[in-house]
Amino acid sequence: MIRWLVGAIGFCVVATHALAADVTEIGIGYLGHTGVKPKLSLVEQPADNDGIAGARLAIEDNNTTGKFLNQHFTLEEVRLKEGDDVAKAALALAGHNGFIIADLPADALLQAADALRDRGTVLLNAGAIDDRLREQDCRANVIHVAPTRSMLADALAQYLVWKQWKRWLLVAGSHDNDKLFADALRRAAARFGAKIVQERTFEDTGGARRTDSGVTLIQRQMPVFTQAAPAYDVLVAADESEVFASYLPYRTWDPRPVAGSAGLVPTSWDASQDQWGAVQMQNRFLKLNSRRMTATDMQAWTAARLIGEAASRTNSGDPKKVFDFLKGPDFSVAAFKGTRLTLRDWNLQLRQPILLVDGRMVVSVSPQEGFLHQVSELDTLGVDRPETKCKLR
Amino acid sequence: MWRRYLLAGTALWLAAATPASAFIAYVSNEKGNTVSVIDTDKWAVTNTIKVGQRPRGIEFTRDGKFVMVAVGDDDTIQVIDARTQQVVDTLPSGPDPELFTQDAQGKLLYVANENDNTVTIIDLEKRARLGDIQVGVEPEGMAISPDGKILINTSETTNMAHFIDTTTHQIVANVLVDARPRFAEFKRDGSELWVSSEIGGTVSIIDPAKHAVTGKVTFEIPGLRREAIQPVGIGMTKDGKTAFVALGPANRIAVVDAASHKVTKYLLVGQRVWHMAFTPDEKYLLVTNGVSNDVSVIDVPAQKVIKTIQVGELPWGITMVPQ
Repeated sequence: MIRWLVGAIGFCVVATHALAADVTEIGIGYLGHTGVKPKLSLVEQPADNDGIAGARLAIEDNNTTGKFLNQHFTLEEVRLKEGDDVAKAALALAGHNGFIIADLPADALLQAADALRDRGTVLLNAGAIDDRLREQDCRANVIHVAPTRSMLADALAQYLVWKQWKRWLLVAGSHDNDKLFADALRRAAARFGAKIVQERTFEDTGGARRTDSGVTLIQRQMPVFTQAAPAYDVLVAADESEVFASYLPYRTWDPRPVAGSAGLVPTSWDASQDQWGAVQMQNRFLKLNSRRMTATDMQAWTAARLIGEAASRTNSGDPKKVFDFLKGPDFSVAAFKGTRLTLRDWNLQLRQPILLVDGRMVVSVSPQEGFLHQVSELDTLGVDRPETKCKLR
Repeated sequence: MWRRYLLAGTALWLAAATPASAFIAYVSNEKGNTVSVIDTDKWAVTNTIKVGQRPRGIEFTRDGKFVMVAVGDDDTIQVIDARTQQVVDTLPSGPDPELFTQDAQGKLLYVANENDNTVTIIDLEKRARLGDIQVGVEPEGMAISPDGKILINTSETTNMAHFIDTTTHQIVANVLVDARPRFAEFKRDGSELWVSSEIGGTVSIIDPAKHAVTGKVTFEIPGLRREAIQPVGIGMTKDGKTAFVALGPANRIAVVDAASHKVTKYLLVGQRVWHMAFTPDEKYLLVTNGVSNDVSVIDVPAQKVIKTIQVGELPWGITMVPQ
């Protein structure tokens, strides 16, 4: 009884203190899934906290700013297991968070969006790159921080065309996501004047990713798979499923560079990005998480920073006010990419430069010079306003 | 013997022949890890000094005897003797120093440490660190009010200008500005504080008494997309009438009427223009062009670019002897 009383008094003291300082509490939920997609390269194996680690850093950054504005940001994490009810989890998170950052596959994201539709909770997609989420399946309560497949493909295509590597050998995996990326690459080739001289499919026949006999077999398999191709400049691989692309560099029959899912890879972020003040952020991330920052980390960081930025500009933690500001003409955010990032008002996709990386260095950043646009050169990447199928509802 | 006399005589004659108008500018070359020394009489580089890694912020000491240069990747500030043009000392700046400012007496140095969210105070005479002030995320721009009472620091990710009392070292006000504020400059009479926002694309005019943004300088260049206009360095004439703003990858310096806050002219300079320094007589303004590896010389009264001087790799900061 006494213990209970002491606890209650303690609670009162805390509550009064918070009231006295008049701190605005801004809750952000993080909805992710358990289990990480295995990568072919051990170096690229994602950490268990991939994504959320970036959000955590942004919360720290937001709170450093927030202490000058009496705003306090918190992060609540929920990880879904196979078979968990997405809608239920999203609703539970929305109970005490006005904003939810989601790192979910497309269908799960749509379930969460539809469950939250009438609640006024703002959903920020930090994981799914599917174009359909910004097109026919777009939702008015979802901001997309992750780039789309078409943005990634266009970014790569602009560089390959600038480099005069215009003849592509396209090799796609046999899974649905691989086919979608191949579609985006075909569209990009047509848009920017590259020619796909031949297409091949790499069938996933199953099997372990790592074996004791190692690379011996791969070394024989890949040259054979790529032989007898028509003359080409670059092999472009679409392998989101991580079945074969990373085996291609240095093993093609003809000595040609590899791009796409291996070799020169388009991405929203890389641990080697150090331009435009990014070193400071990379250092902060390393200090907080004891590892390097991935694209998903960056997308989650940017999502949480979007909320922090809008909260400081509106001096409010109200989801509606913050969301209205994010959708308005005055919103822009800095994210170490050399230019302001803004939202496409027709589908709430974040405009952003795309890095082209080789695993060790940033090779280039798209949009490339000379690809012009009447509104923003960032809109040369991905599906543009006149082509969109999105009607925000 | 006579030969030595002759040599000495020649040297004396050379020294006497140098016109009084010659000034010396020091340019930090961010990638070259060097400092270029420019003679404004010859408009040429007369010396290149090897310094530490990633030199950026650079400034003369108030007495004009030394040049301090922040070498961020070496976590220190190096001191160059202006007479011998050699590095003679280092200052305990804290990690990754970028920009700094001094008090009017030249006794205290305030350094922005980007990695630490702090401003470090250094006693210049004792070469000792006096303390740190906690500020926003990624502190960068530094300025001190003409009366010496207020220190300004801008934080790039927090997007604020922090007003710090120089006696108590406490933050007294925070003013929100546009995205990625990089540089702060007071009008000489202390009536206005100008803060450039690189990503926001504006310069905020702040009333230092009210701690409020009272106006904004905006930029519009026909044929140039908005994203390319990224204001960084600011220079203001002593009379407070004209300001010059470096617009980064827009490759231009904007000439701004400091009273109306309107741009009157854009001067085409080199690629990715960063920072600037006036000659003490304010006849010339020298600006560093990061990507084209040169310095443009602007004739201030004529508002024209008259010269380009090749310097080291990726020039960033510039300073000229105070008068």
